[in-house]
Amino acid sequence: MDLILEGIKKAFLLLFTLDREVLDITILSLKVSGLATIISIFIGVSTGTMIALNEFPGKRIVVSLVNTGMGLPPVVVGLFVTIFLWRSGPFGFLGILYTPLAIIIAQSIIATPIVMGITVAAMQQLPRKLRLQILALGATRLQMVWTLIKEARLSLLAAVMAGFGGVISEIGASIMVGGNIKGYSRVLTTATVMETSRGNFDVAIALSIILLLLAYFINLILTHIQQKERQR
Amino acid sequence: MKKITHTLITVIALVFLSSVLVVPAVYAQQKNIILATTTSTQDSGLLDVLIPIFEKKTGYFVKTIAVGSGQAMAMGQKGEADVLLVHSPAAEKKFIEDGYGINRQLIMHNDFIVVGSPADPAKIKGIKATTEVFKKIATTGSLFLSRGDNSGTHAKEKTIWKAAAVKYEGEKWYQQTGLGMGQTLNVASEKKAYTLADRGTYLALKKNLDLNILAEGDAILLNIYHVIEANPAKFPKVNAPGGKAFAGFMVSKEAQEIIKTFGVDKFGSPLFFPDAGKKVEDLGK
Repeated sequence: MDLILEGIKKAFLLLFTLDREVLDITILSLKVSGLATIISIFIGVSTGTMIALNEFPGKRIVVSLVNTGMGLPPVVVGLFVTIFLWRSGPFGFLGILYTPLAIIIAQSIIATPIVMGITVAAMQQLPRKLRLQILALGATRLQMVWTLIKEARLSLLAAVMAGFGGVISEIGASIMVGGNIKGYSRVLTTATVMETSRGNFDVAIALSIILLLLAYFINLILTHIQQKERQR
Repeated sequence: MKKITHTLITVIALVFLSSVLVVPAVYAQQKNIILATTTSTQDSGLLDVLIPIFEKKTGYFVKTIAVGSGQAMAMGQKGEADVLLVHSPAAEKKFIEDGYGINRQLIMHNDFIVVGSPADPAKIKGIKATTEVFKKIATTGSLFLSRGDNSGTHAKEKTIWKAAAVKYEGEKWYQQTGLGMGQTLNVASEKKAYTLADRGTYLALKKNLDLNILAEGDAILLNIYHVIEANPAKFPKVNAPGGKAFAGFMVSKEAQEIIKTFGVDKFGSPLFFPDAGKKVEDLGK
């Protein structure tokens, strides 16, 4: 119990003294996971909408593949991204293994199926008649899709939160493709693991608390946007 | 009130977005050195002291990938690392023979120790020969935790079991954690088990552990670190000048001095003993 109190104390100490290293790690986590989430929104929402609104043979197989992808283990993603980015691998010439960019790529792969899966469910939940109605009012197909996305925004924001939550808390991929390099590719989760193995439990607890606060803060913003839309 | 929250949210969103868009620039390729090393050099904090000095001196950017010695050498075998800092001598010799690395140089040593709960159920304290210690643990069936991760420590442990001629694989008292040294020590402390550890990591974690040193000082327990450069003839893509510069720095007088005093202020005794230029046979004398 003393340890937890000590950790909480340390967390506030590190936060309020704006410890340079902890600050950098926190900002990097935010950047990397934020960017990965944004990429996954672009791919996930567009592809998810396309899957939901079109009927094609094998649709159920595709949807179940996407849904399986929602549970994609980060270590598996990490392993494959590492192998692809190795100097001896197919994308080795890019030289981006053990960089923040590599983490962004891996986290995008993790978040995309999450966003896509929830998008498919959200779009399919909209009444079919709505589409006909919008089209009957003279909207182009693109306008129709945009209106539907706005209609499903409540669930879509939930998709964004799930995607972000999935990657900000992920460790397996970050440590494999990022390498946990001090001052360069060290994020909150990998730093927590390292401090734990170093026996600095107070720092590890402090980092965990910062991670939780960060996740809460981002979700607070998203929830605020989500619930505000609801009132109208 | 509503307006204020609205502005606040917008500001926060803008700050978030702008921070997201500025991703640290990817460093120029030839300025990067990938150093594959064992967890003990990182967990003890030694590299956090040495690497910034090296970087400042040379302008290189070192990417330290801290894994077990086994994995570090596996990376080396694929040409994914430019320089290795490892402690698994038998495997290192084979690594050089197979042409994966060049210029293997002695850097430093410390020693392994056998730790266990202060109660010492197998009564190993006071036994000098480590092989006898291991035999005693086996015959009393006391729980022993192995790293089980092909690290240098794991390799050493297997060597000792072999020397003691004890069957350990598949035995009920023998468990593998598959974790790093620090975490294995934590598990051993919780389970009141015996384990083999490097002294540096043990000293660094001692304050949180309910483990005592029960056997030490035997010649077989020597823990020797070498630096190995990747072989550019075999892997044209490696950063050979960078690897060479790092190896050169590690044997330099400046680095050796730091190694000599590292940990003294915190633990009262050094964690590593610098050995550049010495011969392996002379160590521990």
